[in-house]
Amino acid sequence: MSIDKLFVLLLSICGIILTYWFFLKNNEKEVEVSGDEIDILVEGGYKPASIVIPSRKATKINFLRNDPSSCLEEVVLGDFKIRKFLPLNQKVTVEITPEKKGEFGFSCGMGMFHGKLIVK
Amino acid sequence: MESKTYPIKGMHCASCVRVIERAVGKVAGVNKAHVNLATEQLTVVFNKNECTSDQIASAVEGAGYKAIVNESIEQDDQRQEKLQELENLRIKVIASLFLGGLIVWGSFPILMDFSPYPLQNFWVQLILGSIVQFWPGLDFYRAAIPAFKNRTANMDTLVAIGTTAAYLYSVAVTMVPMVFEGLGIEPMPYFDVAAVVIGLILLGRYFEAKAKLGTSEAIKKLLGLAPKTARVVRNNEEIDVPLSEVLVGDLIRVRPGEKIPVDGIIIEGQSSVDESMVTGESIPVDKNKGDMVIGATINKSGSFVFKASKIGSETMLSQIIKLVQDAQGSKAPIQRIADTISAYFVPIVIMLAIATFGIWYTFGPNPAFLFALLNSIAVLIIACPCAMGLATPTAIMVGTGRGAEKGILIKDAESLEVAHKVNTVIFDKTGTLTIGKPEVTNIVPFAENTEKDVLLIASSLEKGSEHSLADAILKKGERLSVGSLVVTSFKAISGFGIEGKINEKKYAFGNIKLMDKKEIKTAEFKDQVTELEGEGKTVMILSDEKNALGLIAVADTLKESAKEGITALLDKNIEVVMITGDNQRAAEAIAREAGIKRVLAEVLPQDKESEVRKIQNEGKIVAMVGDGINDAPALATADIGIAMGSGTDVAIEAAGITLVNKDLRSVAQAIELSRKTMRTIKINLFWAFGYNVVLIPVAMGILFPIWGILMNPILASAAMAMSSISVVGNSLLLKKVRL
Repeated sequence: MSIDKLFVLLLSICGIILTYWFFLKNNEKEVEVSGDEIDILVEGGYKPASIVIPSRKATKINFLRNDPSSCLEEVVLGDFKIRKFLPLNQKVTVEITPEKKGEFGFSCGMGMFHGKLIVK
Repeated sequence: MESKTYPIKGMHCASCVRVIERAVGKVAGVNKAHVNLATEQLTVVFNKNECTSDQIASAVEGAGYKAIVNESIEQDDQRQEKLQELENLRIKVIASLFLGGLIVWGSFPILMDFSPYPLQNFWVQLILGSIVQFWPGLDFYRAAIPAFKNRTANMDTLVAIGTTAAYLYSVAVTMVPMVFEGLGIEPMPYFDVAAVVIGLILLGRYFEAKAKLGTSEAIKKLLGLAPKTARVVRNNEEIDVPLSEVLVGDLIRVRPGEKIPVDGIIIEGQSSVDESMVTGESIPVDKNKGDMVIGATINKSGSFVFKASKIGSETMLSQIIKLVQDAQGSKAPIQRIADTISAYFVPIVIMLAIATFGIWYTFGPNPAFLFALLNSIAVLIIACPCAMGLATPTAIMVGTGRGAEKGILIKDAESLEVAHKVNTVIFDKTGTLTIGKPEVTNIVPFAENTEKDVLLIASSLEKGSEHSLADAILKKGERLSVGSLVVTSFKAISGFGIEGKINEKKYAFGNIKLMDKKEIKTAEFKDQVTELEGEGKTVMILSDEKNALGLIAVADTLKESAKEGITALLDKNIEVVMITGDNQRAAEAIAREAGIKRVLAEVLPQDKESEVRKIQNEGKIVAMVGDGINDAPALATADIGIAMGSGTDVAIEAAGITLVNKDLRSVAQAIELSRKTMRTIKINLFWAFGYNVVLIPVAMGILFPIWGILMNPILASAAMAMSSISVVGNSLLLKKVRL
């Protein structure tokens, strides 16, 4: 095996490891809701993506989509039966009162971008 | 005073808050106006009699902003935005495919022989390719870069990496061809690959977006049903007022051909009303004084005045819209697997593309670099996570929408998923299979008593009862003008009957079990009871402390749709069971008439739930059909509860499915809809998974060692575009499904 081939092979292995680390080892910081509402920026995903909210209390989640990608045009909170269209650059408020504790995911309409609500 | 919140559009800073608050504060009747910049909402406390939502909205508009008064405007905005997006997409598709086509003409082996010379020039191709890459192709970067910053990746990431690789390689080949010649690679650019891939993927996205507009059509149709105004009678004058200003208790005039604005009760006049748009019931319903009318239905013949009883979000139409929206927002359990896979899918595809490059470069034939480059691009382009993400929600949206059109309201995706497994349907008898308005058919007095004597005591006793049969006896008493006596110490014995004192004498009225309990001899008239019960009648015996005084037989008639509804279920190999508190013989007679073989009779109301459980323990997946009020525990216990709509309350907590059309044939239709929707979801998922599982390895070059087959990136992009269109298209086929 020539040097360049060996080099490319090693580079590919490094690339695979790097991709794995970059996309799949992305430990999102949990953000606790202060007060009764939280803003989520919808841009290349959800910022913040992990939100801690209290149980049995109404919490307003304000989504603001700045990202023109049609992937993110809808947000789905399946456990709360909410599917909302997010117009570009407009705040859309979703109000939920979780009864149960636990983790509840939310995602874009196609399930490509994910976030989670941690009810404590 | 009333408080209302309106979303505001067009706000950008804190000064906007003051402007709007001041403008709205000036409207007569407004007590307080508060704007929240964070949520972009205006909350107004105002006197409903002095000002209206429209006045508030126009004050906001006068200040240069826009207040959203009702949901349908929001829906219109959403549609407008989608249509605008579609138009932009269309222009980009045409531009990229046209320019891409020119590059292909100038570079494809045989075609290029017939092309104008300038198109064969690499620099010209670079200019054309750059336009496509950074104008229509900009959409992919715009989505991929923020996602990358967020350490996430999606469909756009794959297309952006794939086309950028092809583009940058081509730019390098054009600018410094000698470097590649030195490496033994023929300096051929691939601008055509980058441009055509962008064009085809955008074309796929265009059709997908167009088809997706169709999946939410049901909600749009429902929202469009509500009329804009109502003709309210105030101070003996008829005035047209906007729907949002109709109050509970308002008297509203409806003329022939007009839409009924809100829910209410007719107080004057009569008509026939077409309720098909809301309940799915195709035959117009006759309405008289005292009958309920539903908002958004159409008055056919007569003119009438009704009293508004439900307005705004309380109306049946609003409840239906909310229920369908909720169902479309819910997630089916089957979707979880697709969700889990999509979360890892894109990073895995990127890793596979890198592996493809490494393997082809190291072990592939010459020119190894070109094979490695094109194959890894093909892997990035062919992967289609969209199809997986669209497979379930699009089918759920179309399926629940189709149900709503037919008067079948499905609470959530989970109910839809469970319904397709149902193999046993239990029907409650009274009010579900039967009309629920029994009539007295026989009065048989014993000894010296007369018919009137028996009816007088029985109807006096029944006055305090809430049992469905009581109504029949009271009506008969009224009709024969028997009068009524004062009853004291009244007591209802659930599952047996009633008892009470008249003139200090104790009487009991109920079934034969009650007589046994009271130790009244029944042997003499037992044959008569048996005979009447054999005809499907419910027999109640009246007794004093010692003897039976007479009996009254009551019968309820089957609903018109019962027989057909049950046959439809039997045709689907679904077992049908009837449950009732009636005695065995009466129950069997009704069941026979309806075509039901298995009967659970003499079940006390509180035992219905345990009977459902017993059938579940036989390993059956049970749907319980009832009115949703008296049998709520049984509906909740069953794998799926199906409630027959009653009145204007649509959301029945214990029911997974509500039939607002009150048609028993819809039970089979609901199960059929569930089966068809689940089949569509399964086909979609199979296609979406199968597509990726088969074609990604092909793009990696797995067939090359045996048959020498490789995937051209342009073909890969065409396949990818087709994949998501076919999934959405397959879901849309549910609209045409015959129920």
